Amino acid sequence: MKKLAFVLAGAFFGLALAKGEAISWYRMQEMFRFEGFHMFGIFMTAIPTGALGIFLLQKFKINTWQGEPVHRPEKVYHHGIVIGSFIFGFGWALTGACPGPLYVQIGSGFWVAAVVLLAALFGTWLYGRFQKYLPD
Amino acid sequence: MDFLYKPWPWYVAGPCIGLTVPLLLWIGNKRLGISATFRQICAACVPAAIPLFTYDWKKESWNLLFALGLVAGGFLGGVVFRNPDPVNISAQTVAYLQSKNVPHEPGLLPPALFNFNQLATVKGLLLLVVGGIMVGFGTRYARGCTSGHGILGLSALQWPSLLATACFFAGGIIFSALVLPWILSL
Repeated sequence: MKKLAFVLAGAFFGLALAKGEAISWYRMQEMFRFEGFHMFGIFMTAIPTGALGIFLLQKFKINTWQGEPVHRPEKVYHHGIVIGSFIFGFGWALTGACPGPLYVQIGSGFWVAAVVLLAALFGTWLYGRFQKYLPD
Repeated sequence: MDFLYKPWPWYVAGPCIGLTVPLLLWIGNKRLGISATFRQICAACVPAAIPLFTYDWKKESWNLLFALGLVAGGFLGGVVFRNPDPVNISAQTVAYLQSKNVPHEPGLLPPALFNFNQLATVKGLLLLVVGGIMVGFGTRYARGCTSGHGILGLSALQWPSLLATACFFAGGIIFSALVLPWILSL
């Protein structure tokens, strides 16, 4: 049941990314060149919605299905936040895709996105392989 | 039933995307994030005794189910309810892309660039393969992507995620301004 819930949540997220054109290479070019508002509008409504959701879950002490308290997610600083993020930004401009949209693009029938996904898997593996030589 | 085929405006798509954050927390304290699935797949398929990939990946396999859902969502939005019209980007972007020999055709991605024949060209290899490697390498190095830092991290008001998102955009903006026009002209 819970497994099905994760698949359905993914389908909901994927449908919103596809119909919102957030998986579109065209939209990324427009965004990075500041020639349209669409993608900025998506970020500017998605983040407050997520923040409001977390706030309400905590305010009303709503538990998960299993009755556990909901934890506020925390992210820790390390130098990779800057270095890795720039490298990802370059790749984002090239492919027009973040990791999520890669899966959605494949579902949308762009089979060549599977090659981009394989390349991204290889990139992740390369990071793991050379992590010990890189500043954290 | 025409509206099913129309793209969603930003004020519909954005809140739906944001809603996924509390949804996953409510289902089971799960943190929205997709780049972690890349690590999962590496750990499952080619761990090669690398510390980053030697952990019990099966414990976190919820995100692989989520990724499966993403593919299904893409099929619904991009095939079943496919928008027959070209993506409605600004006239400036259309003109710029046409000047780079990227015609504005129907579909979410330009067919001129996203096809298997392109893999035999330097331009295609840079866009699809080198770009993909940078996406995988960079997101793991940053321990998160646009979903994990940009949507979830910012929703949880985490300053490292704000810095990460600023650097994602800075990287994309600088690259799009200085390097991409040159690659597209190849």
